[in-house]
Amino acid sequence: MSDHDGHGSPFIAHHFDDAKHQFDSGKLGIWAFLAQEILFFSALFVAYIIYRYNHPEIYEYAHYYLDTKMGAINTAVLICSSLSAAWAVRAAQLNQKRLLIFCLAFTILCAFGFLGIKYVEYSHKFHEGILFGNKFNPAIAPAGNPMPGYVGDAHHGGGEHGGDDAGHGADDAAAKADGHAEEGHGDSHHGEAHTADGPAAAEGHGNADGHQGAEAHGSPDDGHHAIPTGRPPPNTGMFFTIYFAMTGLHGIHVIVGIGIFFWLLIRAMKGHFNEEYFGPVDFAALYWHLVDLIWIYLFPLLYLIH
Amino acid sequence: MTETEHHHNEEESHDGHDHHHGISHVASKKVLLGTFAALIFLTFITVAATGVDFGPKLNLVLAMFIATIKAGLVCAFFMHLIYDKLIHSVAFLGALLFALLFVSFTLMDSTQYQQDVIWEHQNATAASSQ
Repeated sequence: MSDHDGHGSPFIAHHFDDAKHQFDSGKLGIWAFLAQEILFFSALFVAYIIYRYNHPEIYEYAHYYLDTKMGAINTAVLICSSLSAAWAVRAAQLNQKRLLIFCLAFTILCAFGFLGIKYVEYSHKFHEGILFGNKFNPAIAPAGNPMPGYVGDAHHGGGEHGGDDAGHGADDAAAKADGHAEEGHGDSHHGEAHTADGPAAAEGHGNADGHQGAEAHGSPDDGHHAIPTGRPPPNTGMFFTIYFAMTGLHGIHVIVGIGIFFWLLIRAMKGHFNEEYFGPVDFAALYWHLVDLIWIYLFPLLYLIH
Repeated sequence: MTETEHHHNEEESHDGHDHHHGISHVASKKVLLGTFAALIFLTFITVAATGVDFGPKLNLVLAMFIATIKAGLVCAFFMHLIYDKLIHSVAFLGALLFALLFVSFTLMDSTQYQQDVIWEHQNATAASSQ
């Protein structure tokens, strides 16, 4: 600080010796926070691992519902945003104000792109009833064909119901199925009297016993690569419980990141950051890299199951 | 000011007198772009590898291996860990260690629940075949 007389930037708090002292304190703080974030997410990874260890067949079936291309694009989008976040730190350190503003804005743009793609994926799942826990009542099999024995909603395909149907599906199924079975319309999969027993029975055992083998494992004769056309194994909803919990929590982190980067963007435009004071940019970038890091694991674990 | 990052010693020189850029390491353009290229490349590799059948275990191991390389690149270069104070790596790896303990202790008794799940499954089968 010889030439800047100690507190060159107005943002160096008086209880710190100098800019470096403040920066180092902040940096240790953000790393402590990131360590906590890892532990925070680790609970969901534990849920994933335990459930996959015990029920591999659910993962083998359910992952076909996820679109690898979407996941891969989102991975690339996050990597781009990570690059621009890292570059923003460099720009701040080198006092390159316009480049800093550009990098921050680009990071925000990528974050919105990520959320947009996630929205497309989520709304597709809500629409088709590919939901969590006992709300899992998909209208289509992973291969895209109508789910054999599907009874959730006879008006499916209209497009205007979305998640509502799926959400209510379990409760309403009995009533609807009754009504439609008598009227004889809907599409050909009636006689599901047992829907009255609730989702568990309806999911696991769509049809008579003859179907069981094919149901549990998709189509066993076709080996690994065949996309399942049959009914899911029991408790497949658990995959989507874990999927929505993990990607949802990750998505919340992305939203928080957008807020933080907007704040940085405004401060950058006011010219707050320079080679002496760039801690907030660095710390936000570290947070953003952690969000990227989590996704680097989520992508293969959820989308790339072989 | 733009080219100064090359000629100062990054290793946190114990608060020397050269404060000008001594606050923190400045990542070079080459490192940033190289890390980015490697991450994109590995993303392609991991997607391609999923299409090849190495056996159920090996595919998972490979995917996790590639993810870990990617994570390592992000940590080392984007997050500056290799230029940084050791304490930050310790905090990070410490958290990973505890996460690992969390997973392994939970896995240890996870098969104890299998009985219930099988029971539930059979029960439901029995119920539906009536």
